[in-house]
Amino acid sequence: MEELWTFLSTRPIDSGWLAWLIPTLLQILALVVTLLLAQAFLMYFDRKVWAAVMMRKGPNVVGPFGLLQSFADLLKNVFKEIIIPSGADKVVFILAPLVTFVLALIGWAVIPVAPGWVVSNINVGILYLFAVSSLGVYGVIMGGWASNSKYPFLGSLRSAAQMVSYEVSLGFVIITVLLLVGSANLSHIVESQSRGLGMLNWHFIPLFPMFVIFFISALAETNRPPFDLPEAESELVAGYQVEYSSTPFLLFMIGELANIVLMCAMLTILFFGGWHSPIDVPILNQMPIFWFCLKICFFFFLFAMVKAITPRYRYDQLMRIGWKLFLPMTMIYVVLVAGVMLFVPGVADMFQSWRS
Amino acid sequence: MIATIAFYIFACAAIASGFMVVASKNPVHSVLFLISAFVAAAGLFVLMGAEYLAMLLVVVYVGAVAVLFLFVVMMLDVDFVELKQGFLQYLPIAATIAAIVVIELVFVVAVWVFPENAELAQPVSTVGQIGAGENAPSNIEALGLVLYTDYVHFFQIAGIILLVAMIGAIVLTFREREGIKKQNVADQTARTREEGVEITSVKTGQGI
Repeated sequence: MEELWTFLSTRPIDSGWLAWLIPTLLQILALVVTLLLAQAFLMYFDRKVWAAVMMRKGPNVVGPFGLLQSFADLLKNVFKEIIIPSGADKVVFILAPLVTFVLALIGWAVIPVAPGWVVSNINVGILYLFAVSSLGVYGVIMGGWASNSKYPFLGSLRSAAQMVSYEVSLGFVIITVLLLVGSANLSHIVESQSRGLGMLNWHFIPLFPMFVIFFISALAETNRPPFDLPEAESELVAGYQVEYSSTPFLLFMIGELANIVLMCAMLTILFFGGWHSPIDVPILNQMPIFWFCLKICFFFFLFAMVKAITPRYRYDQLMRIGWKLFLPMTMIYVVLVAGVMLFVPGVADMFQSWRS
Repeated sequence: MIATIAFYIFACAAIASGFMVVASKNPVHSVLFLISAFVAAAGLFVLMGAEYLAMLLVVVYVGAVAVLFLFVVMMLDVDFVELKQGFLQYLPIAATIAAIVVIELVFVVAVWVFPENAELAQPVSTVGQIGAGENAPSNIEALGLVLYTDYVHFFQIAGIILLVAMIGAIVLTFREREGIKKQNVADQTARTREEGVEITSVKTGQGI
């Protein structure tokens, strides 16, 4: 497997652009296929966790233990008729789920799953992720507007306000991590969390409040419960998805799930040491991919648990914690971290020992 | 090769969407084309090696400003027929302004001289840089080194102007209304279980 990726990552730039393009395309294909397959099972995992909390069995009919339920859902959705409302703006209506889906996938281009295992190792990786996640709102707004109906429109307006509000605190949290690491490259961020002490070096310890805020903001950013107001079924039927059916609906669902997994990956990379093992032992360090996937699954489990056990927030409460709690807290922490890095000797050198 | 193709794609996309911003009949479509113009411009920035600026453009303009734009435009109740009525009436003024801008642009381009050290900014030489990047000082470091030293006063003045603009906008639109019901968050969070829940044991057939 490693030889395969090494083969894919060798891009002799001098030997023509084709030798550069084909490995990249293969890498992208490998990543997307793995991601979509993993998502089918994560969806199943999500539903099983949810069911377990409610003391139900969850999906258990299709395949052994219901493992193939997601594929059954996929086929069911794909074979339905695509219904476009007559008053809808057809182009934007079809474009919206595509935007959601594509934006959720392109974020993965910069995620390093193991040392060197990254499609595009760019220097502004974390900003790229932030940019992509801030674009995610367009799928929702466009879908809600193009449906030409009241509920979708209300849902998309809520979503726009919600996602823009929480991006602000998300950005400040990212800045605190950048201050500690001294680089916006995701591989550097992961490297900086390995200083010989295993999980004690991970950033969630010095930045614990930021970790909690990032987790909650990620819930709001991906429209997950308890912040799923854009699709609050008790008030808005299904929010911006009301008029969608068949494959466009499926694309919305896959896109949302991919966004959630992307947020889990961001949490893993920023605060939980990426591919590093929790205990710094050579044997355990041999399997970076395993640790990365395990951490993503752990955060996905937390997302699923939150969905199962919390009631939905009221809209004014949502806005209040976004603007009046998270924003000041993150700003204070940015100043605090910057001050400590600047005025306490040795701290900056300790956190940025990856540079040597 | 790829950089050249990408440059032409992004450049054409930027121009085409810029044209469609003006030409679209539906204002929402205009905003969407504006967004695609921003994205194409960000792509051009990446090709020039200014990846940080590209990301900033996407985060600030596409992710925040254009969302609010779209937000407002969608809520406007625009009558398209009425919108097109004044077309002929305003045509002479619009044409004059357009002509002036075109002439100005021609003048600018006519006297444009590429500085000697601007080779880095050309799309051809950057494929290696984007790939290499490991030892080169990153965009952010390079910008930070000048922004917070040589240009620190401009930077702070810009910050203050933005702050004043923000406060001004809030002051202008803030309207305190008397006698409406408000959520009192302190009261709500201070509520205890004892106040909120009453447990009664109900006998069968009697009700409460």
